[in-house]
Amino acid sequence: MELDDLYRRVIMDHYKNPRNRGTLDDEALTINLNNPTCGDRITLQLQVEGGVVKQAKFTGEGCSISMSSASMMTEAVKGKTTEEALALAEKFSSLVKGETAEFDELEDIEALSGVTKFPARIKCATLSWNALRKGIELQQQQ
Amino acid sequence: MNVQAIREQFPILHQNVNGHPLVYLDSAASSQKPRSVIDAVSRFYEHDNANVHRGVHTLGSRATDAYEGAREKTAKFLNAASPQEIIFTRGTTTALNLVASSYARAVCGEGDEIVITQMEHHSNLIPWQQAAKATGATLKYIPLQKDGSIRLADVEATVTDRTKLVSVMYVSNVLGVVNPIKEITAIAHKHGAKMVVDGAQSTPHMKVDVRDLDCDFYAFSGHKMCAPTGIGALYGKKALLEAMEPVEFGGEMIDHVDLYDSTWKELPWKFEGGTPIIAGAVGLGAAIDFLNEIGLDEIERHEHKLAAYAYDRLSTIEGISIFGPVENRAGLVTFNLNDVHPHDVATVLDTKGIAIRAGHHCCQPLMRYLNVSSTARASFYLYNTEEDVDRLIDGLHQTKEFFGYGIG
Repeated sequence: MELDDLYRRVIMDHYKNPRNRGTLDDEALTINLNNPTCGDRITLQLQVEGGVVKQAKFTGEGCSISMSSASMMTEAVKGKTTEEALALAEKFSSLVKGETAEFDELEDIEALSGVTKFPARIKCATLSWNALRKGIELQQQQ
Repeated sequence: MNVQAIREQFPILHQNVNGHPLVYLDSAASSQKPRSVIDAVSRFYEHDNANVHRGVHTLGSRATDAYEGAREKTAKFLNAASPQEIIFTRGTTTALNLVASSYARAVCGEGDEIVITQMEHHSNLIPWQQAAKATGATLKYIPLQKDGSIRLADVEATVTDRTKLVSVMYVSNVLGVVNPIKEITAIAHKHGAKMVVDGAQSTPHMKVDVRDLDCDFYAFSGHKMCAPTGIGALYGKKALLEAMEPVEFGGEMIDHVDLYDSTWKELPWKFEGGTPIIAGAVGLGAAIDFLNEIGLDEIERHEHKLAAYAYDRLSTIEGISIFGPVENRAGLVTFNLNDVHPHDVATVLDTKGIAIRAGHHCCQPLMRYLNVSSTARASFYLYNTEEDVDRLIDGLHQTKEFFGYGIG
């Protein structure tokens, strides 16, 4: 088990220079999610128009894995339809379970496949994606 | 105290984790088990296992003797007046819930108060929140000092004649602070309130004398003191326990059952509905023997020395914050490294075979008080050594290096 398997350069880059960190206006879809076992928390905001995710921003606190994952997720879903975004969430889930190692839509995300070797950290990686799913489900109910 | 000889008795410590000899610094979460405890549980299952208090047969008697023998040991260990004052539970959480569900709900009403602190573990906080909600009582908090300690003047100022219960942890699982329980108990009693003590972090590490403390209830878990998981106990003063209603009903706890009414067994069995945790209690008895043989005072001295050593060495690391008071701390150190999240610290250390805890330690209100979302914690027990601390320090330097320069 090597640290570099988990903490790849691209992950640290997203951690130290997060993309889409910030807030959208109050009308945006807002999802608060935390990880009760470790205290990580994220507030994800989505601006969805005509079934397309126009903007995605997040704030929160957490480890390098959860925060870099949020940064990558928001990058990956911008411009996608909600169905495509949900499909990406599915695909991400396969990635961290070790069922696939590829993520063509945003190659950076492939770096997170390292968490398969660190089972305790999988929930860190999936936090923001769970917020995304929850947000889209909420939006579809509206 | 011969730590090397003690280590020999803990089979689990002698292994490599991720290619390095294991350094276990998470005993505040759960301790490891010595050979004598593991053997006592196996022996019970291999020779004496049967249900208790029922069988006329020989195994039934042996199992009952073993179970009740463990209760006697536990009573002596805490210096309770009688084994009747020891209720076996699943652990500290269940024990505190028993007091909150039975005693608190019976005595609290509108306008009454339950007093706790913001350093409490969730299991000594939520049961009181729930009891307060159910009874209309007010939940009040004794304010904390900056370093997390409690001043008796603040206890005096918080507890009033409307206070029915005061519940405080003896030793903080985050701050390592040892609270002045005896003095707090005296203040509670002056106002006619009962004193509950969360002993999860004290019982494994120091001599506890419930009669000297004069507390009314005292809860602890076996698994943090070398015993198996799933066993713990509630101590309560006999008169209080006798007046309390059971919260679990069923087999084992009854005296006489009619179609529409039933009566309960005498203490302590009226609180132990269902087949109890027999082998767990046997393991707890063996753990008490093990700890007594070494001596709780010796163990406490050893851990305080280690914690002080760890505190000093950690203090030399640039960019570290250490939580809790400098003096009078129990055997654990909670800290954060600047710019490295505690999970990342714990993962890096894990790859070096070092087990620490990272997270909120079941103390979300305390984390908010400390203004952090989570922390890292190294906790020590009788089997830890200065070399373990040195490995931790090396690991933390490597963590800093890795996150600072390792990847850029």
